Amino acid sequence: MKVELRNLTKIFPSRNKKSGEEVIAVNDFTFTIPDGKLIGLLGPSGCGKSTTLYMISGLQKPTSGQIFFGEDDVTELSAENRGIGLVFQNYALYPHMTVKQNILFPLQNLKGADKLPKAEMLQRAYEAAKLVQIDELMDRKPGELSGGQQQRVAIARALVKMPKVLLLDEPLSNLDARLRLQTREEIRRIQKETGITTIFVTHDQEEAMSISDMIVVMKLGVVQQTGRPQEVYDDPTNLFVAKFLGTPPINVFAGEVKSEKLYIGGVAVLDVPGVEDREVTVGIRPEGFVPDANGPLVCKLNSVEVMGRDVSVVSTHASSLNPIVRSIVNSDYRISSEETVRYSLKSHKVFLFDRRDETRIRF
Amino acid sequence: MVESKHKWKAWLYLSPAIVLLLIFTVWPIINTIRMSLLVDYSTIKETGGYAFDFGIKNFVRVLNYPKFLNCLKNTLLLCVLTVPLSTILALLIAVCLNAIKPLQRFLQTVFFLPYVTNSIAIGMVFSAMFNIIGNNIGSSTQLITTAGIINNIIGVFGVDPINWINAGSSYWANITVLVVYIVWDALPFKILVLLGGLQSINRQYYDAAKVDSTPRSRVFTKITVPLLSPMIAYVVITAFIGGFKEYSSIVGIFGDGMGPAGDKGRLNTMVGFIYDSLAASQEGLASAAALILFAIIFVVTMINLYVSKKKTHY
Repeated sequence: MKVELRNLTKIFPSRNKKSGEEVIAVNDFTFTIPDGKLIGLLGPSGCGKSTTLYMISGLQKPTSGQIFFGEDDVTELSAENRGIGLVFQNYALYPHMTVKQNILFPLQNLKGADKLPKAEMLQRAYEAAKLVQIDELMDRKPGELSGGQQQRVAIARALVKMPKVLLLDEPLSNLDARLRLQTREEIRRIQKETGITTIFVTHDQEEAMSISDMIVVMKLGVVQQTGRPQEVYDDPTNLFVAKFLGTPPINVFAGEVKSEKLYIGGVAVLDVPGVEDREVTVGIRPEGFVPDANGPLVCKLNSVEVMGRDVSVVSTHASSLNPIVRSIVNSDYRISSEETVRYSLKSHKVFLFDRRDETRIRF
Repeated sequence: MVESKHKWKAWLYLSPAIVLLLIFTVWPIINTIRMSLLVDYSTIKETGGYAFDFGIKNFVRVLNYPKFLNCLKNTLLLCVLTVPLSTILALLIAVCLNAIKPLQRFLQTVFFLPYVTNSIAIGMVFSAMFNIIGNNIGSSTQLITTAGIINNIIGVFGVDPINWINAGSSYWANITVLVVYIVWDALPFKILVLLGGLQSINRQYYDAAKVDSTPRSRVFTKITVPLLSPMIAYVVITAFIGGFKEYSSIVGIFGDGMGPAGDKGRLNTMVGFIYDSLAASQEGLASAAALILFAIIFVVTMINLYVSKKKTHY
């Protein structure tokens, strides 16, 4: 099912009545989520991504704007009638019920024509459990399960009624690092198998990039950029998006453009055709540095961290806006000097941003 | 583990509590058992140097005493009627209170007020409400029209006035008044406990139920009640214990005659029996009755705990 958000806005009234300041959690969000895709809503905490998810679920009402499921306007429809599946951050499994009872619960709520015979309910519960590989644990209580298992039960409970849309709120945040990797692949697999349009919320860019068909990057309630993960990474629209995506993070320098050349620390490092003379903020991806004995960018070497296939070079530069400059270079390269390291730059890994409003300046 | 050389310190810190418990709890219990086993024991006789026979005759006498059996019947009846009624009512009120946003704090206070009001005073108010005699005593026909507020209210619906608590009233009329009073008196504490329990239930369970289109009745029976079950068990157990100790409510409404005028003692309870025996210098009988009451409370509480263990989700 296609999900369409039109000018979705959510304003929370101020807690402090005297100041009367409202909080705009989500501001004019317009986006169409194609049928059967996995979408990651990404942003730092407080950016409105969870609010957006809860508005899609119907648990929160938008202040203005519309939500469409397919061709149907569901904006005024309550959560009960939207037919969505929702996996809560803390899973919200009913602690007094067994896994089986938890998964059966949504089916037992079906009324009228949708009502299922007992045998079929049980069969569907077992199918859902098999899909997330917890069919061995059906008689346990949630308290007797690990975080990863609870998470699967929550997904099974959300899937069992065959929702039109599956929503996941920070689904991996309660899992340890190893389980997180495993479970995100699992979510991807389940989503592919069922073909259900899935929207998940995360603050972890790596998580979003690795499994999403599309990502939506948000900041302070405003959508910054949407697109396929690689596109957004390779072509950020502003400094925030560039900084938010990528590990290790992008290196940021103060720079200046003079006669179509980019200067960092008074040295011309790159040709930037078509950019008029101005002061800029320069973002360089760690993989954008090429060690070069005659390279223009000279950094003071701090340390070299060998990571097997790649080498991470930590250095400093006077014009860097971060404390360190981190580059990822091929391990074939040997650092010769012990004091400095010289780089030339890959121009498609270098982004220029307006010094003031931080928007992208393309070249 | 406390190292042995520091053990004396632990005992030192505990000693004030231990000394107080020994004097005011442990010794009275031992003394009660002693008195119950000395036939026809009374402190006056003991001071006079009387030597008592040792035996269970006190218990036999108490259990064969029609007055005591009447007290036992009244106590059990009030327990069985009031505990479920007050628990269910408290649960419904707590759920309603929890569901409303405006005036919640105000209403919470209103519902809690009876708890901080003296139960004898409330009893007197109740006895005024259920009285058939109003302030202006006139001729026999005028009596009814100036009756307490309850008879006036049911009169509006065309029901004949009922003699609730006055001389000549029926036993069941008396019990009805007592049940209303005890339930009303028991509500605030139960509402407080249950409301606290409700407010500690994670909202997400309700959001999850909402997303799964759960009907309201099912949310109540399948989510609220099970998640509240530890509080419900606590409220029921304490209500039974309190019910077996019922005394002051009857004094409040009927005075220490423990019954309507003309039939004193009809509504007496176990605790009332113990007080009466003490007043008559029959400490041996009183002790035996107290131990019987203890045994009953103990058994009922064990049953309660056993049932709640099976039904409660902790």
